[in-house]
Amino acid sequence: MGEEIKVIVFKLGSEEYGIEVDKVQTIERMLPITRVPKTYTFVRGVINLRGVVIPVIDLRGRFGLEEGEYTDQTRIIIVAVNDMEVGFIVDSANDVIDLHTDRIETPPEVVGGIKAKYLDGVAKIGDDRLLIMLNLAEVLNKSEIIQLESLEE
Amino acid sequence: MDMNQYLSMFIDESNDHLQSLNENMLLLEGSPSDLSIVQVIFRSAHTLKGMAATMGFEDLAALTHQMENVLDLVRNEKLAMQDFIFDTLFKGLDALESMVQDITEGGEGKADVTGIVASLQAIVRGEDLSATGAGAEAKTSTSDPSANTAIQLDEFQYSVLNQSIADGHRVLYVDVHIRENCQLKAVRAYMVFDLLERSGEVIKSSPSVQDIEQEKFEHSFSLYYITLKDPAELEQQILNVSEIDKVTVMELDQESLQQMNEMGMASQEAAAVAEAPSKEEAPETTAPSAAPEQAVQKQTPQSSAAKTPAKSSGGTPSRTIRVDIERLDVLMNLFSELLIDRVRLEQLASEVQNHALTETVEHMSRVSSDLQDIVMKLRMVPVDTVFNRFPRMVRDLAKSLDKKVDLIITGAETELDRTVIDEIGDPLVHLLRNAVDHGIEPIADRINAGKSETGTVNLRAFHSGNHVFIEIEEDGRGIYRENILKTALKKGVVTQDQAAAMSDDEVNQLLFAPGFSTAEKISDVSGRGVGLDVVKAKITSLGGQVTIYSTPGKGTNFSVQLPLTLSIIAAMMVKMGSEKYAIPLSSIVETAIVRKEQIRTVHGNKMVEFRGQHIPLISLSRIFNIKDFNENEENETEIIVIHKGERLAALAIDEFIGQNEIVLKGLGKYLPQIKGISGATILGDGQVALILDPNVFIK
Repeated sequence: MGEEIKVIVFKLGSEEYGIEVDKVQTIERMLPITRVPKTYTFVRGVINLRGVVIPVIDLRGRFGLEEGEYTDQTRIIIVAVNDMEVGFIVDSANDVIDLHTDRIETPPEVVGGIKAKYLDGVAKIGDDRLLIMLNLAEVLNKSEIIQLESLEE
Repeated sequence: MDMNQYLSMFIDESNDHLQSLNENMLLLEGSPSDLSIVQVIFRSAHTLKGMAATMGFEDLAALTHQMENVLDLVRNEKLAMQDFIFDTLFKGLDALESMVQDITEGGEGKADVTGIVASLQAIVRGEDLSATGAGAEAKTSTSDPSANTAIQLDEFQYSVLNQSIADGHRVLYVDVHIRENCQLKAVRAYMVFDLLERSGEVIKSSPSVQDIEQEKFEHSFSLYYITLKDPAELEQQILNVSEIDKVTVMELDQESLQQMNEMGMASQEAAAVAEAPSKEEAPETTAPSAAPEQAVQKQTPQSSAAKTPAKSSGGTPSRTIRVDIERLDVLMNLFSELLIDRVRLEQLASEVQNHALTETVEHMSRVSSDLQDIVMKLRMVPVDTVFNRFPRMVRDLAKSLDKKVDLIITGAETELDRTVIDEIGDPLVHLLRNAVDHGIEPIADRINAGKSETGTVNLRAFHSGNHVFIEIEEDGRGIYRENILKTALKKGVVTQDQAAAMSDDEVNQLLFAPGFSTAEKISDVSGRGVGLDVVKAKITSLGGQVTIYSTPGKGTNFSVQLPLTLSIIAAMMVKMGSEKYAIPLSSIVETAIVRKEQIRTVHGNKMVEFRGQHIPLISLSRIFNIKDFNENEENETEIIVIHKGERLAALAIDEFIGQNEIVLKGLGKYLPQIKGISGATILGDGQVALILDPNVFIK
């Protein structure tokens, strides 16, 4: 039952999150970002990733967390879901682990202030490490964004 | 077998065949007795049928088969083309088109075509009883191989066979019957030939190899064959090919060969008399390549060149290849990377001031601009690909409106970027419909006006500077200023005062206003809820313009101006605080500097005077929320005067950077449409700059 998957682990604040490795295209150090006016606050702008223009969003901002300073550890994780390429700005990303899908449990109602619908589940790794698996389709859900937009107007 | 890998090829080729079918049917309609056109149509239909059957699209194959039956009668002069036959065949083509469309969209190409099939069958039956009965009978009675299918050999072939027998080779006479219900008899014949050629040489066949390939044979063919194989074994092998009904293999000695040949000559003469009209014409008109190929065979009967007939497909080989548009996009992306590096190198070289470096960079610039030309040209497609569906459309339209219309297409070879081509089809369809429906008068009106009863619609394309023009001009009733104004007033598009002050050109532009239609009654052609306003919006979104020229009573010309490409544009780079933006040169009228006291406020809106008129001054820094630039703090502000049609506005900016060729890039699918921004480009230093869409700023 279940299978082994490879997961990219990154940090936002003190929490550790995971994204399946096959959804991640590349992890970049911080790049120059061009601001795009008139868009959602968590969209930092667009970057030039080897000739392709890709929007980047601040994942802290997306989850409504307090935004922090960018440091040497800050990374942009480029993910591709449903034909969309988006960069996530995260505090750090420096681990790839093998995870057995059996170890992923359904998410509790609220984890670190992030709505449960953004989560695929929570995996316990090692003795006291909790890995929060992101539901990328939901994080990049456009219908919610459209609602947000109409609220702002 | 998994056919998916062939699917896209099948779709491409089917569309090509359907297109050619449509075009040739139209040609044929112009000269219904030209059998050479029928041959071309037949061949196209036939190939299509074969392809569909191979891919397992049974409905498609079955319908094509029925159409082929009708065409077969026509090309054998057993049936004369008539209006209702054209209509039925056109209906069949439409059905085929929608089936292929369905397949393109991932469907199975199934459709209920029983109605069309029934009428096709009726056409075939109707003629069958009277004319073709006897002919068909005569042909099916060719079951006795030695009597009718004996082959006439020329002297050279005869001596080759004779010599082979003398050398101890076996010379065989092979007669093959394919089952009557066989779907792909040419394929079976090919399999037989293939089998034979593995262990010997086919010297001559009847009918000729070309005819067999094109399925121009009943259900049997015969041939002379040189081999070392045992006749009985060979017979068994041929029978192993599926759908083969009967095989006779006769071994010949010198005497029987001579007899056979004499018989062949006699039967050939008899056949020539009996079937002169149809048989004679077929090989001549269908396969111009047949004759030279036969000549080659005669000269080198024993070399491997004799293998070619089964493989060549007739027709000239194409000198083009199909390339996936996505690959071209990748090439384009890579190339734009190179352009960016080039600009960067040029900057560096001018800073460093090293002679050798400057020279190298200049050389590289030249090479890369040549390369740019080529890459751009790869994406150019002749407008033909859009135009070619129009003759059929205009024909149907004219028929349904009971008008007579000639469509004259010129400049179909004019090339446009693929991205523009993909978008321009619909607006043109609409303009053409408009021309036929609203422009060209009914026959009676035309005669009353002293015009010929057939209206003419000219569809032309041509290059001019950096643009392509597509014009749709008819000699119809023309546009009457009063009529437009009357409708415009009624629909509340303009007020009485406005109307009086409008120039003719402005009045014509009213046709493009939303909710405007001059059609007094709604025909099934117009009144589909789409107006010319949609056409104009589409063309504008492509960076183009539409202009109307009209002479009342004489006709109207809709002239569409389009950019050559949508991928690389000339732009003015500007700076606002720390941010850089690109403004397409096509929307810029002029750049200027205004002093603070020249900026006035009218109704709370800032205006500046520009060449005698007051135009609005738009604050980009406010609209885009730019933090480190505010034109109000400047004593002198740089402005860029932009236009949308005739209307002008000025954008306040911080600093001009300069003019540049930029590569357009999308912002990705994640971001929503942002008003005022049409995309992004990458600058020499690798930074992204946003491209403004000035049209949005002018209301």
